[in-house]
Amino acid sequence: MNLQQIIDQLTLTVLTEPRDFASITATGGYSSDLLSCVMAGAKKGFIWTTLQAHLNIVAVAALTEVAAVIVTENAQPDAASIAKANQQGVVLLSTPQPTYEVNGKLWELGVRN
Amino acid sequence: MCPPARPPTEQEIHGRHGRPITDQDAHDISRVEELSYDLRVHEVMTADVKTATPDMPLAKVLDILRVNRISGLPVVEDEKLIGILSLEDIVRALQKNDLAAHTSQYMTREVVSVASYDSIVAAIRTFTEKQLGRLPVVDENQKLVGMITKGDITRGILVALQKDYKTEEVRRYRASHLFEDIISERTTLVLRYTIKAGDFTQGGKASSHIKRALLRLGADPQITRRCSIAVYEAEMNLIIHTTNGGILKLEVEPHRITMSATDDGPGIADTEMVFQPGYSTATEQVREMGFGAGMGLVNMKRCVDEIKLESTLGKGSKLVMRIFIPDQTVGVSRNGQTYEPSTNH
Repeated sequence: MNLQQIIDQLTLTVLTEPRDFASITATGGYSSDLLSCVMAGAKKGFIWTTLQAHLNIVAVAALTEVAAVIVTENAQPDAASIAKANQQGVVLLSTPQPTYEVNGKLWELGVRN
Repeated sequence: MCPPARPPTEQEIHGRHGRPITDQDAHDISRVEELSYDLRVHEVMTADVKTATPDMPLAKVLDILRVNRISGLPVVEDEKLIGILSLEDIVRALQKNDLAAHTSQYMTREVVSVASYDSIVAAIRTFTEKQLGRLPVVDENQKLVGMITKGDITRGILVALQKDYKTEEVRRYRASHLFEDIISERTTLVLRYTIKAGDFTQGGKASSHIKRALLRLGADPQITRRCSIAVYEAEMNLIIHTTNGGILKLEVEPHRITMSATDDGPGIADTEMVFQPGYSTATEQVREMGFGAGMGLVNMKRCVDEIKLESTLGKGSKLVMRIFIPDQTVGVSRNGQTYEPSTNH
């Protein structure tokens, strides 16, 4: 499943600079709002779903090299976080849906690792 | 003739499509911006330029344009640029069946040009403002010294980037051979970072610098990842829990990496408890940000081969972690276990 399909199917808002999402493959998913758990559990190429929207999610996403962060329930990362994400090559996506629903849809789409 | 104007494509607007942007790409993008200020017009222009003279018949100009497959010629008198003749001017002459006329009768006298000593960003601006495809380049005495197209600029930047790339390759090569090239009884590379207490905006900065440094040194990606995670947790602990921040230190040796975090307070009451998954002393405010899961030291322990925590209440703490670098055995730590980040919490 590539990131463009996920963005389309889940009607996600792209917060960071657009790029060729079709070439980015989501190899799996991980959900947590606790950053240490994400550091341990999220693998390279994963989709990370979280309620957290502050600057530190960018550092965690960059270090774990996840394919994208889906910020749920309309939580809004501020401009500084988005700028930092662009600088570090981190993809930030947002949705009004809660994490549970997003995860369910990702699972249905076949993102099951 | 000129191709019809069309709206720019998505790719032209955003560029660099086709793959995710890495740190390196981000560096390259800003490097392109830098280069457009650093590079001068004369460095990227075409110096060998076909020209017309004011008394040249238009038929002759048309010949030159056709043979050279170009769409305009600068008109020069006594080496100075006095006008420009484009295909459109020739079309005007053709409509009047006037190809025998001299260049000076049809040329455009108000020429937009760029100075050879300008940075290419000036040329880019002129191209955009005036909607032109090519510009004559003049020196400080209005003498024509070349022509510049958008293609010249792209090529010039690519050549400069290629040079940069080679320099980075050399740097990476040198860095990765650091330990072979320098002979001593014990060679250690020490990286040191001061971490401020409560400075969440800088959280992860030192870890990201360390990650880049290790990759440049040629460290195995798996070992780099383990190091990054351990160092990130230590960095965040200094930010979250210390009174005055602390020092993060990384010592790289050919056979091992030693990471340490030192602070001067407040100290940890029970250095056993902090290794219990879920145990945390973080404030409610910090927990709201997603920290304080009580997994920090647990994560660190899992990522490293050795971990030692010493602390005195009221004095401070010192955390030392080691990762041993096996000989050519990728991803296997000294105790023989393959590292796999756990997903159990």
